[in-house]
Amino acid sequence: MPIFDQLTQYLFSGFATGAIYALIGLGFAIIYNATGIINFAQGEFVMLGGMFTLSLLGVAGLPLAMAIPGAILLTTVVGVVFERLAIRPLKSATPLSLVIITIGGSILIRGIAMLGWDKNTHALPGFSGDVPIVVFGASLLPQHLWIFAVTFVVIGGSKLFFNYTISGKAMRACSYNSRAASLIGIDVRRMVLFSFIISSAMGSLAGIIIAPLTMTAYDVGIMLGLKGFCAAIIGGMSSGFGTVLGGLLLGILESLGAGLISSGYKDAIAFVILLLILFIRPQGLFKKAETERV
Amino acid sequence: MNLRSIPGMFVAVLATILIGGSVVFAAEPIKIGGLFAITGPASFLGEPERNTAQMVVDEINAAGGIKGRKLQLIAYDTQGDSTKAKQLVNKLIKNDKVVAIIGPSTTGDTMAVIEDVQRAGIPLVSCAAGSKITEPVKKWVFKTAQNDSLAVEKIFDYLNKKKITKVAILTVSDGFGSSGREQLKANAAKFGIQIVVDDTYNPKDTDMTPQLTKVRSSQAQAIVCWGTNPGPAVVARNVKQLGIKLPLFMSHGVSSKKFIELAGDAAEGIILPSGRVIVSDVLPHHDKQKKSLIAFVKDYQKHFKVEGDHFGGHAWDAVMLLKGAIERGGDKPAAIRDALEKTTNFPGIGGVFNFSTTDHAGLTKDAFVLVEIKKRDWSLVRQPGIE
Repeated sequence: MPIFDQLTQYLFSGFATGAIYALIGLGFAIIYNATGIINFAQGEFVMLGGMFTLSLLGVAGLPLAMAIPGAILLTTVVGVVFERLAIRPLKSATPLSLVIITIGGSILIRGIAMLGWDKNTHALPGFSGDVPIVVFGASLLPQHLWIFAVTFVVIGGSKLFFNYTISGKAMRACSYNSRAASLIGIDVRRMVLFSFIISSAMGSLAGIIIAPLTMTAYDVGIMLGLKGFCAAIIGGMSSGFGTVLGGLLLGILESLGAGLISSGYKDAIAFVILLLILFIRPQGLFKKAETERV
Repeated sequence: MNLRSIPGMFVAVLATILIGGSVVFAAEPIKIGGLFAITGPASFLGEPERNTAQMVVDEINAAGGIKGRKLQLIAYDTQGDSTKAKQLVNKLIKNDKVVAIIGPSTTGDTMAVIEDVQRAGIPLVSCAAGSKITEPVKKWVFKTAQNDSLAVEKIFDYLNKKKITKVAILTVSDGFGSSGREQLKANAAKFGIQIVVDDTYNPKDTDMTPQLTKVRSSQAQAIVCWGTNPGPAVVARNVKQLGIKLPLFMSHGVSSKKFIELAGDAAEGIILPSGRVIVSDVLPHHDKQKKSLIAFVKDYQKHFKVEGDHFGGHAWDAVMLLKGAIERGGDKPAAIRDALEKTTNFPGIGGVFNFSTTDHAGLTKDAFVLVEIKKRDWSLVRQPGIE
């Protein structure tokens, strides 16, 4: 059944790409929920994760098990510095100007990365080899399993964090109403910083686990960031399963579109979906429309 | 100030004027212009081209110049922007009064300046690959980079020898890929080759398994991928992931060590047409270009600490072709042009050039050799009856 094999291959490929989009999308959602802004520098955190790992492996000569935490740490530092220097000093800025600042920030980070590293694309070795595994007629690489596993763990972890810890609950409180949250004693600005820490760590983790498959360069953040943003929009900016489903849906549609229709339209599919959802269901596919109570 | 030193200074100044003046008087330099995309998206072309051009000019001067006159290279950065290229070409022609121009680096920039050099009557030796630069032939325009169609012919020729008739093509959706796609489709019938899958990918795509899954379930006997890094490396890895056993061909767009580094083990066994630069050390001794190639590669290594590449080679060819033309024709633009057009059998980096009134590109498909990637290095594909 070649057509069956083809379909499973498209689905698995889509699943793997979708999991990546979901991870990146979650980063968008977390910052959005804590601050009300869309952080367009999220894609650059993804890029930094891959590039730092590369440097730590190559230049510093660390083993992979140390290079990965190191890269996440370094990216998180960038995230904190970004929040301190670009977001926090603007006390009463509107969300729109903050969004524009994040776009500026992303261009700055990309520019520094280009000068600091180089303009070339680099490959990272797979975490556990490159021998393909065949599942239901579809071939996967061990790295795909890593992606599935890490995505699963991160999503589960963030679910637990937001529902069962004080900090997580406080961050959710900020997202519902930051003024009320500050009145009951939650340090809103600390929560904003916190959200940047979590999402930059998450973004860099995404960048690290995909680098062996997709390779990395100073400019990979743009496209990945936009796809992650799409996933978050489809999921209605939820920091939970909505965004995950959004990412998976996007990945599978892209893969089916490229395989069955034409690969030329692959990116178009993602952005047409994004536009349709923004027009028709701005609250996301999986969320009921919120009613504003006065 | 010590008064006694004044006569001494006077003598020194006088001597400087006399000696300096006499040098200027004896050998006013021959000015040639350079237009390269040194920064911007095409900097991977322009930077090695500018480096090479300056290196060759310096060497010619160190060896005494051309008939005792020094060469002076006036190079500008077009940033890969055709508007800039057009302004700068006029600056070269009107302000700097150059007698010939090398570059630009990209096909777009070159097409933009053709009108100006044609009007001014200044010979231009472009370093870009697009076949439309010299087809149809324009009086003042020559080029050194090999046409895409030559690379396509080289691959199809090999497929014919291997009795492969059905191919899948996978091309990148940018200028390089779409030009390759056109040439692949235009030449297929001539070689009796049928394109059974014609698919594309975007330059930034990170997963080509959907396209390759389609190829796997088709009749294709070989895959031809046309792109520049990193896309083809992803294709190579995905081919291996999907366990596709079909022979994989790439374009000359990836004939650099970078590709092998990116594709890793998946690069093994891939065949591609390439200029001779990357295999200069393993070429047979009777190869006409070997001497030029070794000289260029070593020289570049010495000056810039990296191996010379094809792109630098295009500039090397352009400067050396001009040097030959000036030696034979003199330093007037029209004379240089006429001498350029009469250049035959010039072994350069890109190939053996034979210009004529009907051919200003000057190369045949022998400008390419087929190389196979073996053990993470290049090896020549021996083809009895072709070499």
